[in-house]
Amino acid sequence: MLSDIYEKLTTVFHDVFGDDEIVLTPELTAKEIDGWDSLTHVRLMLTVERAFSIKITASEIGRLNSVGDLADLISRKTNLTS
Amino acid sequence: MTQLYTDLGWLSRPPADFESRCRAITKMAEGGPRALKALAAYGADDNQLVSLSRVLGKLRAAGQSLAPLHPYKLGLITNYTSNFVAASVAGTALRYGLAVECLTGAYDQGLQECLDPQSSINRARPNAVLIAIDWRGLPLRGARTGGASSQEAVDTSLQYLNTLRSGIKNHTDAVCIVQNIVPPPERLYGSLDRVLPDSLHYSVSALNAAIADELRSGSDVLLDVSGLAETVGLAEWHSPGEWNLAKLPFAQRCLPLYSDHVGRLLAAMCGRSRRCLVLDLDNTLWGGVIGDDGVAGIQVAQGDATGEAYLDFQRYVLELRGRGIVLAVSSKNLDEVARLPFRNHPEMLIREEHIAVFQANWNDKATNITAIARELSLGLESMVFVDDNPVERDLVRTMLPEVAVPEMPLDPALYARTLSAAGYFEIARFSTEDRDRAKYYEGNSKRAALQQQVGDLDQYLASLNMEIVFQPFDDIGTARISQLIMKSNQYNLTTRRYSETDVRRMAEDPSYFTLQVRLIDAFGDNGMISVVICRNLTESELEIDTWLMSCRVLGRKVEHMVLRELLAHASRIGAQRLRGVFIPTERNKLVEDHYEKLGFASISRAEDGSSVWALEIASADVTAAPMLVRRVGFESSVI
Repeated sequence: MLSDIYEKLTTVFHDVFGDDEIVLTPELTAKEIDGWDSLTHVRLMLTVERAFSIKITASEIGRLNSVGDLADLISRKTNLTS
Repeated sequence: MTQLYTDLGWLSRPPADFESRCRAITKMAEGGPRALKALAAYGADDNQLVSLSRVLGKLRAAGQSLAPLHPYKLGLITNYTSNFVAASVAGTALRYGLAVECLTGAYDQGLQECLDPQSSINRARPNAVLIAIDWRGLPLRGARTGGASSQEAVDTSLQYLNTLRSGIKNHTDAVCIVQNIVPPPERLYGSLDRVLPDSLHYSVSALNAAIADELRSGSDVLLDVSGLAETVGLAEWHSPGEWNLAKLPFAQRCLPLYSDHVGRLLAAMCGRSRRCLVLDLDNTLWGGVIGDDGVAGIQVAQGDATGEAYLDFQRYVLELRGRGIVLAVSSKNLDEVARLPFRNHPEMLIREEHIAVFQANWNDKATNITAIARELSLGLESMVFVDDNPVERDLVRTMLPEVAVPEMPLDPALYARTLSAAGYFEIARFSTEDRDRAKYYEGNSKRAALQQQVGDLDQYLASLNMEIVFQPFDDIGTARISQLIMKSNQYNLTTRRYSETDVRRMAEDPSYFTLQVRLIDAFGDNGMISVVICRNLTESELEIDTWLMSCRVLGRKVEHMVLRELLAHASRIGAQRLRGVFIPTERNKLVEDHYEKLGFASISRAEDGSSVWALEIASADVTAAPMLVRRVGFESSVI
């Protein structure tokens, strides 16, 4: 379920940004979250890998533009939606 | 198994509300640094360490005092992205009571940062600089691609590291921490990589040996990252993807572990290594419960997997003692029962003489650990407490946050590994004094008095269920009486030495009043702990010729009870005054105020420091201490 992914992803965002008021929407991008710079993005990706037990390649990371893209990628990799 | 290391398995798991507790600290008016240190005691992951370092940054920016944290400036010289390392080390060092400010310098500009006196790191006057160059930053690869020879590659690399060090040395007072080199898991030939001098692996081994040689003397120290990576495994350590993604020198998953190793080394350099290991007994040093299972029933023998696991742990503990770690015991047990395996089990490796302080009683362990620390004149921050029981661990962690209490695995086979992984005894330099320290604390496995918990001394004494036994000198006691008279030095008012013949003579001379005193308490029979000899100076005056006591029963008010006994005798024979003499020696400063404390009046004081004291029997008022009195061997008229 995509909603399960969003729930878990929300926790990841809270941990990475140290802010538990972040609310995720598919349209959300880096510009809208304080402190979402390139280094934090690296931490975010590594934490997502750990939380969902998946591996994300550099080229996949390069294609991500929004939280929605990320959730879709996770869902493809975990087959949670199938 | 790697998880013990990468998850810092000896630390408590972080609470679910870790992040909100972090944020709460930034809003605290005071006590922030202390709360931050408490939060850092958990096994935080990489994101949580960033949060801790962020909070520290906020406290620092707000101009708050960071006390009791110790401020520390650490320069980082790297050939990769050091931001994560910086945040993680700052967050981790809080665990060790250090408020570390990491200076990262310009990206991949190690040489300039070290050599230029005006570089940001040199100008900041760091306490230490961590030179953390990984294999990609050194010309080690040249050898196998047909470039320089292996020896040249090693020499050039070592020279480069030395140049960085001397740059820092020339411009600052900082200690340099040099990190050795972790080889990548990718091999060129295979096993032959270890054999052929032109392989990268061969060069890395040679370079690491050379770095260790360089650092054996002088003030700079080694950070053995190679050993650390070896422990968790090179494949776990190196993540090519993370290197490509953000020039991370090793997997982010290993960052909390790496940072803890930096933190413990910084703490060691600040003289904050721990020095004393306090051990529980049942299911910690042996399997089973000695009080229930008896010496024959506990598991601590070869030939049984569980017994061997405990022996392995004992062996490791003894190795720690061999390098100077002081050992103590805190066990909920009857003292004489707890000592049985040490005395009677043939396969026990740890013996009573290895234990400096032996606390076996029914009081809480926080009180006992406090007593051990006081007995050894060590701070609580020097103590490590190992117990298989999570309730005991939690109690000590809660009541004594300064004490390190590792989470222990269920399997005793992993006890030694866990204690070692926690790195509590990390030191930066090793001296023979360090090694001899444990011996300095003489393994007399003594009991330390538990005075703090109860608060009220009499209440504490009452809890000991003491019974004091007074007896005149007799044949059976003669040898022991004389022995005490000949060897007691500290609690001895006159240090007059009498042979067994003298003792027998006094026992028979009616002008003498003699006492041998035994003390029994809840922990057992302490044996003969005091000897007193009085003689009639005149009909109205009794002089205390000898008064000595074992230091083991100090603080129990035995001396008050002895004085009451002397007063009772004096009034029975119609004397009016007790006369006491203090003759100072090099060893008996302990009792220079003995008579004054007991209410005697000073009569005279000689130039040699000796003094004479008197107590009027009629006006004497000595309060009884809470103990039963029993008299043995007196003529019936006396009782």
